[in-house]
Amino acid sequence: MSSEEARHLFFQTHMATKSCMSSQVSDDEQRKRENIRSLTMSGHVGFESLPDQLVNRSIQQGFCFNILCVGETGIGKSTLIDTLFNTNFEDQESSHFCPHVRLKAQTYELQESNVRLKLTIVNTVGFGDQINKEESYQPIVDYIDAQFEAYLQEELKIKRSLFNYHDSRVHACLYFISPTGHSLKTLDLLAMKSLDSKVNIIPVIAKADAISKTELQKFKIKLMSELVSNGVQIYQFPTDDETVAKINASMNGHLPFAVVGSMDEVKVGNKLVKARQYPWGIVQVENENHCDFVKLREMLICTNMEDLREQTHTRHYELYRRCKLEEMGFSDVGPENKPLSLQETYEAKRHQIYGERQRKEEEMKQMFVQRVKEKEAILKEAERELQAKFEHLKRVHQEERMKLEEKRRLLEEEIISFSKKKATSEIYQNQTFMGSNLKKDKDRKNSNFM
Amino acid sequence: MSKGLPETRTDAAMSELVPEPRPKPAVPMKPVSINANLLGYIGIDTIIEQMRKKTMKTGFDFNIMVVGQSGLGKSTLVNTLFKSQVSRKSSSWNREEKIPKTVEIKAVGHVIEEGGVKMKLTVIDTPGFGDQINNENCWEPIEKYINEQYEKFLKEEVNIARKKRIPDTRVHCCLYFISPTGHSLRPLDLEFMKHLSKVVNIIPVIAKADTMTLEEKSEFKQRVRKELEVHGIEFYPQKEFDEDLEDKTENDKIRQESMPFAVVGSDKEYQVNGKRVLGRKTPWGIIEVENLHHCEFALLRDFVIRTHLQDLKEVTHNIHYETYRAKRLNDNGGLPPGEGLLGSVLPPVPATPCPTAE
Repeated sequence: MSSEEARHLFFQTHMATKSCMSSQVSDDEQRKRENIRSLTMSGHVGFESLPDQLVNRSIQQGFCFNILCVGETGIGKSTLIDTLFNTNFEDQESSHFCPHVRLKAQTYELQESNVRLKLTIVNTVGFGDQINKEESYQPIVDYIDAQFEAYLQEELKIKRSLFNYHDSRVHACLYFISPTGHSLKTLDLLAMKSLDSKVNIIPVIAKADAISKTELQKFKIKLMSELVSNGVQIYQFPTDDETVAKINASMNGHLPFAVVGSMDEVKVGNKLVKARQYPWGIVQVENENHCDFVKLREMLICTNMEDLREQTHTRHYELYRRCKLEEMGFSDVGPENKPLSLQETYEAKRHQIYGERQRKEEEMKQMFVQRVKEKEAILKEAERELQAKFEHLKRVHQEERMKLEEKRRLLEEEIISFSKKKATSEIYQNQTFMGSNLKKDKDRKNSNFM
Repeated sequence: MSKGLPETRTDAAMSELVPEPRPKPAVPMKPVSINANLLGYIGIDTIIEQMRKKTMKTGFDFNIMVVGQSGLGKSTLVNTLFKSQVSRKSSSWNREEKIPKTVEIKAVGHVIEEGGVKMKLTVIDTPGFGDQINNENCWEPIEKYINEQYEKFLKEEVNIARKKRIPDTRVHCCLYFISPTGHSLRPLDLEFMKHLSKVVNIIPVIAKADTMTLEEKSEFKQRVRKELEVHGIEFYPQKEFDEDLEDKTENDKIRQESMPFAVVGSDKEYQVNGKRVLGRKTPWGIIEVENLHHCEFALLRDFVIRTHLQDLKEVTHNIHYETYRAKRLNDNGGLPPGEGLLGSVLPPVPATPCPTAE
């Protein structure tokens, strides 16, 4: 176990340089309430390596970070992201003629030393280009909600796997403000107002090299006062952890950051730096006198990335979840303000829906039976008609037959009477013939005598 | 019908109630890996520091349960593990203390701090286990307690307005004490481990290992391992949860060679070779607790605390708790568990026309 001992020693020295913890008054009070005693240990146990165990785990799994860039077309969103992450991500410029605002999301895997980061950049295409901008910010809100919804669905599944779920919820929203120098545009105000309860908004002044220093100060003050007076809640860097409280607090005073983005390198002095070259001078991206780019990078990545993720999960997502479940009819508190558990309302709803289903089934059954009856009636009617027709025809035939019989009888009678007549007439004829023969002889005799 | 049946059983019944989610305007594409193009240092790796600071601020919870017949040295071992009087029992054991009639569950919470890391440690003792004449089903109170903790967590999780940090009282680790008979496992041991290895991480330890010589120890361990394998008892670290080759080889080594750990506990210090060590004094020598030649206490301590503490919590959360949750939701027909308040008022849903039944 020599490696363990070495690790142990390392921790001892490591811990010696660590700063002390912030106060946790509320935690202590809670512990007292729960009757938990504090213990002092007589030796080294070793669970101080627990944060490292946790961190190692996270390193194995990798991190997720999702940035949403909102701003007009051509304001420099893609360039800024490229500059922030020191890579060439996007390839084409977007057109100004999109009929609706679309969101385009792309995921990249970055690696620095042993940290793997799954970075997703979501761009708004066509924002602010339309003539009628009323629907401009709705697709953005919808996208953010859709990501929360996907996570909520996963969380509510019976068989779920949250630990390897690719978290697509938006952690930070960089809102690009046009460097007009005057004030916020109405669209900006409306968009930020609808987004501030759903995502951490970090406003930045884009293309800051278009404003001079004095104008910039006035612009920043104007912007912040407008945001405050309109009740827009932008993301404040956290000041509760002592190690970063000071720097975060001072950065909070510099909001919104005025940034310049560029991936072109220009020679300044004897170094190649990222800059924009103008006839009147060179604007250096990483020069703190020229713009606030370094501050933005510091704050967004180096200091507060974890806090942004946590705020998204514990504040924005929980709010969404609460609203969504309440919308569906669940509540934690019943009608008389008695605490009602989710399961009871769920059960009630389930019974209600089940009852409805039963009812519908009954309805359909009844309808079916009705139809069958009707059909039967119709068929019966048809049958009766047929029967009547048949009877009628039968009768007609019968009558005709009788008539024919009658006729036949008559005919036969006639035949009989005729044959009788024939017989009598034959006899008569024979008699007359003989008589006629005599008569004929007589006549001949007579005639011969003529 | 307006609300159709969910297509598969595994979909939550709640999908019936959730309105059709608005279609995502854009879906993140497959990640394009751009490893080589980082042209300079950005600072992404500072996230490790940020995360570490955050977790140190919030503190940790750890709940460990000790199960075994009385007199096997459970309380002493816990005290030795955490180097403090976690369990007062060992110092004040007197014969008048009655052995409880049924298995009791006693949970005591402590807060310990080391190197800026605050840990809320809860030790759950189970006096009365295996002590009666008829020990049938004596693991049931324990199983019930473990499931109750899962239930508590589930209830909190299912709430609409949730706490920022749900208090974690779930049992992360269960140390099962095996009597050092030298022969084999007892039927009670097998029954207990069989039932509970599916709900909690069990780490079997051989108690009072100073009663066995080295050969007896290794033979006993082999026999115990074989018996556990024959009966299909998966103790922690479970084979099926090894994530990658590295984990597997490391854990295989532990599973096949070291476990179950043969431990000796003591909270008294003696002077050995000029150093003060924890040990047990006998006429034939001093048994040093932290000496690897004498017993495997140091291995157990490092295993549980220094290397696998976080993993114990994660397996409990991601696997045992999720299994419990899935079972609970499935049994209830897709509902989160209800306490029966409404169930007693409304008639129970008949089985056959149930929409989410098979």
